[in-house]
Amino acid sequence: MQWEVVIGLEIHAQLMTNSKIFSGASIAYGAEPNTQACAVDLGLPGVLPVLNTEAVRMAAKFGLAIGANVSRHSVFARKNYFYPDLPKGYQISQMELPIVETGQLEIELKDGTKKLIGVTRAHLEEDAGKSLHEDYHGMTGIDLNRAGTPLLEIVSEPDMRSAEEAVAYMRKIHSLVQYIEICDGNMAEGSFRCDANVSVRPKGQQEYGTRAELKNINSFKFVEKAINIEVERQIELIEDGGTVVQETRLYDADKNETRSMRSKEEANDYRYFPDPDLLPVVLDDAYLETVKATLPELPDVKRDRFIQEYGLSSVDAGILTMNRSLADYFEKAAELSAAAKLAANWVMGEVSALLNKNDLEISACPVSAEMLAGMLKRIEDNTISGKIAKEVFEAMWSGDGDADAVIDKKGLKQITDSSAIEALVDEVIANNPAQAAEFKAGKEQLMGFFVGQIMKASKGKANPGQVNQMLKQKLSG
Amino acid sequence: MYHNKTLAELSAMLQAGEVSSVELTQYFLDRIKAKDSEINSFISVTEEQALAQAKAADERIAAGNAGALTGVPFAQKDIFCTEGVRSSCGSKMLDNFISPYDATVVSKFNTAGAVMLGKTNMDEFAMGSSNETSFYGAVKNPWDLKKVPGGSSGGSAAAVAARLAPAATGTDTGGSIRQPASLCNLTGLKPTYGRVSRYGMIAFASSLDQAGPMARTAQDCALLMNVMAGFDEKDSTSIEKEVPDYTAELNQPIKGLKIGLPKEFFGDGLDPEVAKPIQEAIALYKEMGAEIVDISLPNSALSVPVYYVVAPAECSSNLSRMDGVRFGHRCEEPKDLEDLYKRSRGEGFGEEVKRRILIGTYALSAGYYDAYYIKAQKLRRLISDDFKKAFEQVDVILGPTSPNVAFNMGEKSQDPVSMYLSDIYTIAVNLAGLPGMSVPAGFAHDMPVGLQLIGNYFEESRLLNVAHAYQQQTDWHDLCPPGFE
Repeated sequence: MQWEVVIGLEIHAQLMTNSKIFSGASIAYGAEPNTQACAVDLGLPGVLPVLNTEAVRMAAKFGLAIGANVSRHSVFARKNYFYPDLPKGYQISQMELPIVETGQLEIELKDGTKKLIGVTRAHLEEDAGKSLHEDYHGMTGIDLNRAGTPLLEIVSEPDMRSAEEAVAYMRKIHSLVQYIEICDGNMAEGSFRCDANVSVRPKGQQEYGTRAELKNINSFKFVEKAINIEVERQIELIEDGGTVVQETRLYDADKNETRSMRSKEEANDYRYFPDPDLLPVVLDDAYLETVKATLPELPDVKRDRFIQEYGLSSVDAGILTMNRSLADYFEKAAELSAAAKLAANWVMGEVSALLNKNDLEISACPVSAEMLAGMLKRIEDNTISGKIAKEVFEAMWSGDGDADAVIDKKGLKQITDSSAIEALVDEVIANNPAQAAEFKAGKEQLMGFFVGQIMKASKGKANPGQVNQMLKQKLSG
Repeated sequence: MYHNKTLAELSAMLQAGEVSSVELTQYFLDRIKAKDSEINSFISVTEEQALAQAKAADERIAAGNAGALTGVPFAQKDIFCTEGVRSSCGSKMLDNFISPYDATVVSKFNTAGAVMLGKTNMDEFAMGSSNETSFYGAVKNPWDLKKVPGGSSGGSAAAVAARLAPAATGTDTGGSIRQPASLCNLTGLKPTYGRVSRYGMIAFASSLDQAGPMARTAQDCALLMNVMAGFDEKDSTSIEKEVPDYTAELNQPIKGLKIGLPKEFFGDGLDPEVAKPIQEAIALYKEMGAEIVDISLPNSALSVPVYYVVAPAECSSNLSRMDGVRFGHRCEEPKDLEDLYKRSRGEGFGEEVKRRILIGTYALSAGYYDAYYIKAQKLRRLISDDFKKAFEQVDVILGPTSPNVAFNMGEKSQDPVSMYLSDIYTIAVNLAGLPGMSVPAGFAHDMPVGLQLIGNYFEESRLLNVAHAYQQQTDWHDLCPPGFE
């Protein structure tokens, strides 16, 4: 039987506010346990939540960025359940009236096909604390630093049909929330996490199969693996005559398997109801206009513009616009050097390779866009060859100054003087009479040998085009 | 002696230097020591802090920067969080809870220089109308020690009625200021929802809870309101609206005032003996030049059932934080997490609190939510609309505060529904968020009867004016329970 996979994602993006969503405590990562939890975060008797308007602004910004309906009237609700790291015994979230409703995003797959993925809703909520199970002599430690951290939960439609699509969608959201500066996207610190709802159905069937919810998958790689292994499990189960049960499953990356956490029967009745401590969030058009004015050029628009303006391929434009800082870096280098394609190749090539190797963000790149552009200009005006440029780039990376300084100091200027090149050519031919004779006898493959010898003699500085031309002239003469 | 003076009188004496705050505070502390064992109105007496506050107040008075409440002793309901002092809310659950912060109301009294004598007894988590549900034992009505003082602010009511404090704070979710004021012959005001900050007031039902003053006279309530009222950025439901001087309009004439009598408040459930003093009060207002208008609040019969969905629903969630994890009662040697929750909560909460948590949890459950909670919210709107229409015709609404006088202890504690019905005239006011008062209006069966006045939103000044005018013509509010003179 042919199976179709159906996937919907719930992404939790931690908002980059200064303080928590309902209190003034800091949300900075990595502090000593319980040093960033005030009376409100601790859920002491009598305390009340006060909404952080910055979190609202960020949620609205997201809604506008995906062309969704930003609700003029949204309501916070209490999601009631007991857990030690949930101080109040309820999480303040949004249920019936979320702040963002019905938007969509276009994803592009590796083969270039494009697909629209629906975003059902995005709502604001507070994060819970953390339970620490190690080092407490059989007891559990509770750290409430994270309690009350603002989250935007972005819920997709079940529109994805493969792990590849799911990852493409997740990357797209990941890129977008950083573009619009509402989330730092740091997956290692849990600022961006994902749950996946996965089901399978016979191809052609209308109804969805029973889904399993895969919890807290915190990297793109794991999302792909977790979904694939879960799909495999479900298909095997059904083909062996079993049925999938609706349940929450945890992905174990070490064993590459998913296992049951709790079934639907054990699921809580969260008893949602509107939080009487908070007023409805009412936004008007004027407010949304001011938020809209702060939106940067979005990735899709930027990519199309890069294709148009700089003549880049769709793939290259896509890579360069995935990250806003990278796009800005490229664009500056392209403009200053007036060599866009060359700039694109360098940014995607050497620049990215060295950043990866040194585990650096583009914002921390030792070679500024201005410095890169300066070097590209020297390639363009034939001062250096592409090969020599790599040496120049590495020197700039190591802090040896800009391209001109490096070229000057290291004497890397290309030899373009035709009499100097002629002297080199003559010398090499004179030193290799046997090869010269073979070449003249018709063994033209030896051209490469001669070029190599000449480049070696010039320490790579001879202009390759001129060398070629001169060699042909001399050897065939 | 001092205990027979009103708050306003004591304030004047302090300002004139006729008595010091330390003397006054010591006087009331001694009186509490001597008398409170008869009525059990205090959970904590904060002698040391009180005397320190009194000393500071005397310095402030000497320096000439005192306000009306500087140096005046009063009692705080134990529902308010007070830094460094046990804030129990009448529950075993919070018997060991020393609050690390002050409620906004507490801060406001501190800023005013008032002297807190202690924290008063109350129904557990403010759930009750008789003060019998307190972990610290029932409070007795100073007018008859066999009878209840009302609730949930029964400790505050009994303390002020017995002259152990000139005034006290209360909170009112369904009548918890007005009903005990009525049963103990006091003047009590429940302000408009949002007028007084709820920050630091341990929540029972968040959409209904409101703090207010309890004292002997309307004038004293006005002085207390001047301190308590005001917007608080820590409470999103408090309202940003200027606070008037509540004493400024006390003496406005009553002539031409339109008083509405809802026929639903004078029907079958009302004890005819209680109706008599109310009718006398109506006659007196007529004499003063008020116009009496018959009105109807057709949905008021729904207020008790609506309340007993909304309030338990909210409380079931509000009390979830009492889980034995971070503060409050924790059971001995929990086996696992579930055991920790079950026994800590099972041991920490009393019967009435458990009953309401169960009702509320049920009302919010999947499959019942629409039939109970949503339906109740819709009816709540209808109840509010009744008042809205009424206030198009009249300036204030008048009726009894409670259908009966104080009942015997134990009489209703086995029958929750009959207990709930003692708040039948007060609950609608909370559901609508309106201000309401209870004013001493005479006696029935030798026990006090309270007159309820209901105003339009933010018309506390008008209510205080209407009550004050009545108190200029009557002396019910001056009467002191025998044995406490």
